[in-house]
Amino acid sequence: MTKSPKDDMSAESLDIKAIRERLEKAGGPQYWRSLESVAETPEFQEFLHREFPANASEWTDPVGRRSFLKLMGASAALAGVSACTVQPTELIVPYVRQPEEEIPGKPLFFATAMALGGVATGLLVESHQGRPTKVEGNPDHPGSLGATDLFAQASVLTLYDPDRSQSLVQLGEIRPWATFLTAVKSALSGQAASKGAGLRILTETVSSPTLAAQIQQILTAYPEAKWVQWDAMPRDNARAGARVAFGEPVEPLYDFTKADVVLALDADFLASDGPANLRYTRQFASRRRIEGTGEGLNRLYVAETAHSVTGAKADHRLPMKSSQVDGFARAVASRVGVAVTGAAPAGTEAAAEAIAKDLAAHRGRCLVIAGDAQPAGVHALAHAMNDALGNAGQTVTYVAPPEAVPSEQVADLRALASDVDAGRVQMLVIVGESNPVLSAPADLNFADALGKVPMRVHSGLFLDETAVLCHWHVPAAHYLEAWSDARTIDGTASIVQPLIQPMYGGKSAHEVVATLTDLPDRNGYDIVREYWMKQSTAAGDAAAFERAWRRWLHDGVIEGTAHAPRPVAVVADWASRATPVAAVSGLEVNFRRDPTVYDGRFANNGWLQETPKPMTKLTWDNAALIAPRTAESLGVENGDVLELRHEGRLLRVPAWITPGHAADAVTLTVGYGRTRAGRVGNGMGFNAYALRGSASPWYGAAEATASGDEYALVSTQDHWALEGRNVVRSAHLEEFKAKPGFAREMEHLKLDQTITLLPHKEYTGYAWGMAIDINACTGCGACVVACVAENNIPVVGKEEVRRNREMHWLRVDRYYSGSLDNPDTYFQPMPCQQCENAPCEVVCPVAATTHSAEGLNDMVYNRCVGTRYCSNNCPYKVRRFNFLLYQDWDTPQFKLQRNPDVTVRSRGVMEKCTYCVQRINAARVQSKHEERQIRDGEVMTACQSVCPAEAIVFGNINDPDSRVARLKASPLNYSLLAELNTRARTTYLAAVRNPNPDPALPANPGVGGHHAPTEHETAGEH
Amino acid sequence: MANNVHAQARATAVLEAPVIGPGHDFETVTETVAQIPLAKRTPLGWVLGFLIGLSLLMLLQASLGYLVVKGIGIWGTNIPVGWAFPIVNFVWWIGIGHAGTLISAILLLFKQQWRMSISRFAEAMTIFAVACAAIFPVFHTGRPWLAAYWLFPYPNTMALWPQFRSPLIWDVFAVSTYATVSIVFWYVGLVPDLATMRDRAASRVKKVVFGLFSLGWRGSARHWHRYEVASLILAGLSTPLVLSVHTVVSFDFAVSVMPGWHATIFPPYFVAGAIYSGFAMVLTLAIPIRAAYRLEDLITMRHIDNMAKVMLATGLMVGYGYTMEAFYAWYSGSFYEQQMMWNRMFGPYGWSYWMLISINVGMVQFLWFKSVRENTKLLFVISLLVNVGMWLERFVIVVTTLARDFIPSSWGMYYPTFWDFATYFGTIGLFLTLFFLFIRFVPMISMFEVRTLLPQAKVETDHHGGH
Repeated sequence: MTKSPKDDMSAESLDIKAIRERLEKAGGPQYWRSLESVAETPEFQEFLHREFPANASEWTDPVGRRSFLKLMGASAALAGVSACTVQPTELIVPYVRQPEEEIPGKPLFFATAMALGGVATGLLVESHQGRPTKVEGNPDHPGSLGATDLFAQASVLTLYDPDRSQSLVQLGEIRPWATFLTAVKSALSGQAASKGAGLRILTETVSSPTLAAQIQQILTAYPEAKWVQWDAMPRDNARAGARVAFGEPVEPLYDFTKADVVLALDADFLASDGPANLRYTRQFASRRRIEGTGEGLNRLYVAETAHSVTGAKADHRLPMKSSQVDGFARAVASRVGVAVTGAAPAGTEAAAEAIAKDLAAHRGRCLVIAGDAQPAGVHALAHAMNDALGNAGQTVTYVAPPEAVPSEQVADLRALASDVDAGRVQMLVIVGESNPVLSAPADLNFADALGKVPMRVHSGLFLDETAVLCHWHVPAAHYLEAWSDARTIDGTASIVQPLIQPMYGGKSAHEVVATLTDLPDRNGYDIVREYWMKQSTAAGDAAAFERAWRRWLHDGVIEGTAHAPRPVAVVADWASRATPVAAVSGLEVNFRRDPTVYDGRFANNGWLQETPKPMTKLTWDNAALIAPRTAESLGVENGDVLELRHEGRLLRVPAWITPGHAADAVTLTVGYGRTRAGRVGNGMGFNAYALRGSASPWYGAAEATASGDEYALVSTQDHWALEGRNVVRSAHLEEFKAKPGFAREMEHLKLDQTITLLPHKEYTGYAWGMAIDINACTGCGACVVACVAENNIPVVGKEEVRRNREMHWLRVDRYYSGSLDNPDTYFQPMPCQQCENAPCEVVCPVAATTHSAEGLNDMVYNRCVGTRYCSNNCPYKVRRFNFLLYQDWDTPQFKLQRNPDVTVRSRGVMEKCTYCVQRINAARVQSKHEERQIRDGEVMTACQSVCPAEAIVFGNINDPDSRVARLKASPLNYSLLAELNTRARTTYLAAVRNPNPDPALPANPGVGGHHAPTEHETAGEH
Repeated sequence: MANNVHAQARATAVLEAPVIGPGHDFETVTETVAQIPLAKRTPLGWVLGFLIGLSLLMLLQASLGYLVVKGIGIWGTNIPVGWAFPIVNFVWWIGIGHAGTLISAILLLFKQQWRMSISRFAEAMTIFAVACAAIFPVFHTGRPWLAAYWLFPYPNTMALWPQFRSPLIWDVFAVSTYATVSIVFWYVGLVPDLATMRDRAASRVKKVVFGLFSLGWRGSARHWHRYEVASLILAGLSTPLVLSVHTVVSFDFAVSVMPGWHATIFPPYFVAGAIYSGFAMVLTLAIPIRAAYRLEDLITMRHIDNMAKVMLATGLMVGYGYTMEAFYAWYSGSFYEQQMMWNRMFGPYGWSYWMLISINVGMVQFLWFKSVRENTKLLFVISLLVNVGMWLERFVIVVTTLARDFIPSSWGMYYPTFWDFATYFGTIGLFLTLFFLFIRFVPMISMFEVRTLLPQAKVETDHHGGH
């Protein structure tokens, strides 16, 4: 075995020919600094590897870290004899020329987008010296409007997750990229003859035009190959419903700003259902805000099974089984002029009648929405009702769906499974986070079938359940690491631009899919750019395209890509194809997306795991949600393990009693019970996928028995009732009109003047304050995650949450009032109230919490000794204590993630909401620099800027024109526990509900009066 | 007339009731007390008791060591219950200390001579109880290594002072003053007896050690004069402390805004409770020691009876406090106070409330009966239970208020962990260890004071018709 000299040469010296080729191939202006850089020699790769700290291997290598610590220890010990110590050899490459716009200490924001479930949310991502630390919404993006959901907020943590897969592996052995390319190439060559009959590509729902084009290109080359899109909670029903009603799978685009009356048929459009929660929440909340006399308040009817966030905002909520919604929809439809028949479930006939009357009275100004869990027929019914009520073109328009190729995902996956089972698949390429081994309906036995495929390739962020069953696993690049593009609900496309080099050498979906093409080794940037170059009107003109490209990147949206409204009409024979649904007799089991871990892809995200679920306030687990009545009949309490049987499958899962849940029904959220999520997510919760079948992936008949076992479920709020207190105040619209100042009359004890022994404190400069509109808040919890991300709040884990030691500076309290079976729900975000007369300040023995000249209660972490007296004396209990060392000081990735503007707290100190004082100070510096006052709206707290409902408003209350000052002047404005004379800077706007006065629709009375029942007076569930 | 004579005779009988047993002279009193520390052979019972104390002390060391390494999260303390066992224990120990000061200072000023036999070890108990108490406020903090000195107003380069509005700062002054005065008072009272020990000691080591600590006491008239003045001054200093220390401790609660804490009744109610628990502890200690060291002649049934009566009186005061607490919760008209009281009685911690009421208010009524007061075994059980009851009182105050305050969403339960109990029992170990060392090496009864009670000492003053 002798090597030719030529081989040696090519390995060690520069191959000029290859460099030239590479330069020629690269389109557009490209800068190269040295021949080495173009040649991508190993030396240069090594140099890069060292230059970019994100890749520095010392951090990921425990041995390297240990020796670093050893050296640290040694240098401390030998400080006096430093001349003798061996300095660690590190290559430091300072900026030769500082990057444009980079000012050390000042963050930069870049527009990008995050796709989830085939729909993009436009984002502005904060970058500190090249480290993305915080995500904000992009106000120019129609899917964001400036807000984000909690998944986008938490995605930063996933980027830095040390459990992400970090190397390309073949059956557990690390392989270079080139070997992978060879393997794919040889596998593909076997497919050429059969035109790809054995090739399958499995992706998530693809809304990326580039990726779709790439896959189409492959399908052209291999016409017999198939592309399967799979999302664990597919929107098949919505598409099928549109096909039934209109003959084509259009996406209805709602406009809640124009809708006076909304009927949601099992549609949690505000949080977890459908594609555009942020946009719809923004629109919906705009009709929930009381300005002046309360005219324009909309009315929401919700018929649903599990108590959703949308149900919590309903003026009338009708709990019913999912399988009964069809009957209910038919009953309403038949009364608004749709030619269908059907009986509403028992007890809801009168309600259906009244709702139909209300809808009919608001022709063209109402909306009927069906949820993704409902079968095609209900979607068709909703479309027909909107048509009959004249809403089409008014409150709803129809556009092409955001996904490039709408498909029937369950059917496709079933076909794939049977193809695999029959041995017809030789090569399966799985790209993305859909994790079919976990999420495929259980009857498909996907995991067992998968073994029959001779060549299995997986690319994803984690070495997950699917990855371990594949031959090849390619670590995927996070969306913040790679170039891509994505469409949002109205079709508007955005370029997904990376903010950081792939931390673990991950490959984007484009790059992985490209391996199946003639140009297998292309980078994502080229692929995406090339696609848009072709699409662009400036196709031939490189300079014009460059200008457009830069604008797209800057704006975060590609103008003119929104889908045009489609003039669709309800087809004549739709009703015959909308098959009526037989109500499930007996117990019904429902499968829903999880409000915090989505479909399980965020199971390893500690921020999301610890975020209390909006309705149940459960953390770290899912549970079988059941109605109090069902709990009684099953004889179970919270945490008692149920044995659930569905289609012959069994799942043992603890029960959680949820007021307002439909009786005789169980709701399970998916995404838990994972075995390969990572260190955070493994073994948390119960795998509802194991129960779900493909015939009816959303709900079905089930049986439940109490097993007699118990399981510790952890909720952050043990008490659901208001206990007769006036912390939340509400009234019906009529009551508000009669008495606009009702909220202030609900004080237990009126304090009309300032009571103080000390001289009255004047705030001459800024006086920061916050107003939170309970009527607008949907309780989604995005603010909680935003606060965690902004303020370096640690994750404490299930056991510590069980001990009531969660660290969230901002919590969203949820209260029920009214009947146990169908209560009203109120959400109350609870940050520090920043009292002017703060009980915490006087009791601190070391003056670690003090009052600022602008009215903030400042925490001085360095001074805090941790007596916890401040927390005891805080009537709002918003202070959080580091009982143990909660911060992860060791994992290097998390060091990169943290916000450098916020102190990272250690053990033994108290912490709490600061009103994002770091943002105030940044604005102050800016305003002083420009010799002006801080403008209203210039400082947005993290919770405020993320809020899709714009429920949180922050600003200077000394400025009478500021938004917050105007809100505080509202008659609805009230201060929590005002009788304690705390004079809180955070105040609340009372809720005003708009129930239908029709006696067929009974409404719970408002809350906050003096005689609301306490828990022991109502039916004691606790 | 007959009536008058009868009453006078009864009064004389009471006054003449023996403070010490019959048949003692100076020598026997001194011998009875002094032979205990001077004995060569250590009694087996002492060794066993000391070992129990020492093992618990080891447990304290282990739990505090683990606490410093790991953080106070090893306890069950949480949000909303930010104070729990540690503060309960702190208040409990501080309260126990009160009996010693009351006996040595107030009863001295009131010339209650029966105090003389029990004052020495009651004072020792005070000091050891304060030592146990002091552990908690330091170690319950998140960063004890800083809390240990940042709460003191020491001059520093950053010109940072404590925050004087905080009752915790008042606590620092109250408790440290209390500890200082108690130690000085105790030591001053020891000096004449230490000299006696020096003079009686057989071994060289004991002679030197007792000699050092007796500060050259020779028993001259001038010494005695100085001694009398000093102890009167110290008694005068200590007297307000009996009232002030627990008053200040009660401010930790009363100054807050929490329902169930924010009450003006707290200072007197806490002081009464402190004396109640203090006398219970003195009885708990006195009854077995008296039996073990055959000190029945010096700690007579009269002492036992008097202490039981003090317990009864303070127990009734405490019961009045509970009644007023409940009454004011209702009478205040404050919704939160009413809810708090309801929760205290019928909420999840209701068991602790009713246990406390049945012990501190119910059981103490047995002390009305002389037969109970004379039954030392029963009294020992009652005094032990009173200690439990007073511990429960602090638990009820601290935990039930915090567990359910204003905002129902934040309500949460507190469950103690192993380490909570380990730290608590550990301080009991510290107390026992110190106390066993004390009875082995220091004369536990004030010999020179008791000697003044002998008839021989009263020849001169016999005609004054009393003491």
